[in-house]
Amino acid sequence: MELATLFNAMPGNIAQGLLWGIMALGVYLTFKVLNFADLTVDGSFATGGAVAVVLITGGVPAPIALMIAFFAGVVAGFATGILHTVFGIPDILAGILTQIALYSINLNIMSGSANMAVNVLKYNLVVTLREIPHTIIISLISVAVIIGLMYWYLGTAQGSALRATGNNPAMSRAQGININLMKVIALALSNGLVALAGGMVAQYQGFSDINMGRGAIVIGLAAVIIGEVIGNAIFGKKMNFVLRLSFVVVGAVIYYIVIGVVLWLNMPTNDLKLFTAIIVAIFLAIPYLKGQARSSFRKAGKGAR
Amino acid sequence: MLEVSNIKKTFNAGTINEKRALNGVDLKLEDGEFVTVIGGNGAGKSTFLNAMAGVWPVDEGRIVIDGIDVTGLSEYKRAKYLGRVFQDPMTGTAADMEIIENLALADRRGKKRGLGWGVTASEKDRYYELLKELDLGLEDRMTAKVGLLSGGQRQALTLLMATLQKPNVLLLDEHTAALDPKTAAKVLETTDRIIEENHLTTLMVTHNMRDAILHGNRLIMMSEGRIILNIAGEEKKNLTVEDLLHKFEEVSGEEFTNDKAILS
Ligand SMILES: Nc1ncnc2c1ncn2[C@@H]1O[C@H](COP(=O)(O)OP(=O)(O)OP(=O)(O)O)[C@@H](O)[C@H]1O
Ligand SMILES: [Mg+2]
Repeated sequence: MELATLFNAMPGNIAQGLLWGIMALGVYLTFKVLNFADLTVDGSFATGGAVAVVLITGGVPAPIALMIAFFAGVVAGFATGILHTVFGIPDILAGILTQIALYSINLNIMSGSANMAVNVLKYNLVVTLREIPHTIIISLISVAVIIGLMYWYLGTAQGSALRATGNNPAMSRAQGININLMKVIALALSNGLVALAGGMVAQYQGFSDINMGRGAIVIGLAAVIIGEVIGNAIFGKKMNFVLRLSFVVVGAVIYYIVIGVVLWLNMPTNDLKLFTAIIVAIFLAIPYLKGQARSSFRKAGKGAR
Repeated sequence: MLEVSNIKKTFNAGTINEKRALNGVDLKLEDGEFVTVIGGNGAGKSTFLNAMAGVWPVDEGRIVIDGIDVTGLSEYKRAKYLGRVFQDPMTGTAADMEIIENLALADRRGKKRGLGWGVTASEKDRYYELLKELDLGLEDRMTAKVGLLSGGQRQALTLLMATLQKPNVLLLDEHTAALDPKTAAKVLETTDRIIEENHLTTLMVTHNMRDAILHGNRLIMMSEGRIILNIAGEEKKNLTVEDLLHKFEEVSGEEFTNDKAILS
């Protein structure tokens, strides 16, 4: 367990964290803004990877392939939105249905194979683990642009209507907001971002895989929650919206740094998902337990005879 | 002008929980009429207002607002014509959004919500002045989250939101019932002022008979999904609570029961 190995691995973890941060920003849009637990992302992340790799190996320039991956994600989110709003299927179930459907669709996109390589020596890729500093710069720029766009959009009249929909649907309807349309828009944009991230991660690792999105929702949630807890600890009431979004990405980076440390401690990779689930459960529990500590029946009952 | 003709609504039709909540309601309001609505528990007052707001479709009848038949319009489309304040102060505002953002949301009721700014600078100035008129100090807390406000402050804000874009009809469903008497009186005062200033056609449900007599220029009483009393003009001005209880017994043949009304 050389400390140097850990340090050498760090830039890679940071790069990965930034790329997954894009996906976490998508999760933020549904989970936090719309108040919708969207499980589509496990499928749409892999869709983004599959679309990007198939197109790039087919000769399409990587940036254009990424744009198309984004739109593939938009379609996936749209499908979940329609299942939920038009057919009345509860949010979690609607997401799972799309996710399962995407498994077949993703296999079809990759012509039936479970994974597909894209060699950085043969194609001009946007990011790759062979050039980590370059990857970090590109992903930082991407993250900044996406945060800027999200900040702008959510500040528009339409974006405000979207936030209101997540916050109080009854009030939104009374104010003439078409909440079903807002939900579909948010789900589409969110999954677009998730697929974009999938396309970038596939290039980074040099292949797309049918299972690359498995558990993506949990990693996204981990990033959102870790970022929120740490952001609030540092900035408290001064947290503005840009900081909030930035800390989602910080959360993703921290998550991958922690994973790096855990791997360095020789935890078997098989146990990683278990570890992630425990981390997310802990961070989800913290705000609740804090509230309980402030006002609990046990405390109220102290001194009872 | 509001014209409601023969609306009917049965909940859970065909089940053992079947409930005829509206049993043929007719009502015609001229522009600027301010009607107070009273009635016992379960009389159908909220159901009547919800029918007009389009919370669900009615089974029968028509609702026409200023010549537009809205019976077939869904709730969010109908919102263009209606201002609403609810009994629960939590219902009318978005708690995690700023006061100014809530106002801007309401200001766009019935308009296209595109990619222009959610709040413009000139709107901010206008909201500042309007909040000042509420006299609750909210003009100095415009960027505070609405969740931090008291129930009374929230109801006053919701009232302002409901009338920011002049509604064709204003629907108030026991909007002061959750407030303490002093706050309730203040919110009612504001209600009167806003209705008067904007010459708003209004339906206000209240469980307080005295308020129902004191406010507005017409009073209707509901029972078992029907309007059973309609008092306007001089007759309403000279009305007392005793008269009202008496009239109720006369028309319905039973005693008035609204636990809240008896207590107040
Ligand atoms: N969504 C619904 N589903 C089933 N029954 C309903 C529904 N809404 C109202 N009802 C029933 O319709 C009847 C009228 O209810 P409503 O809420 O209109 O009464 P109200 O006059 O507003 O009474 P209160 O003074 O208690 O507010 C009641 O019996 C109620 O249980
Ligand atoms: Mg009621």
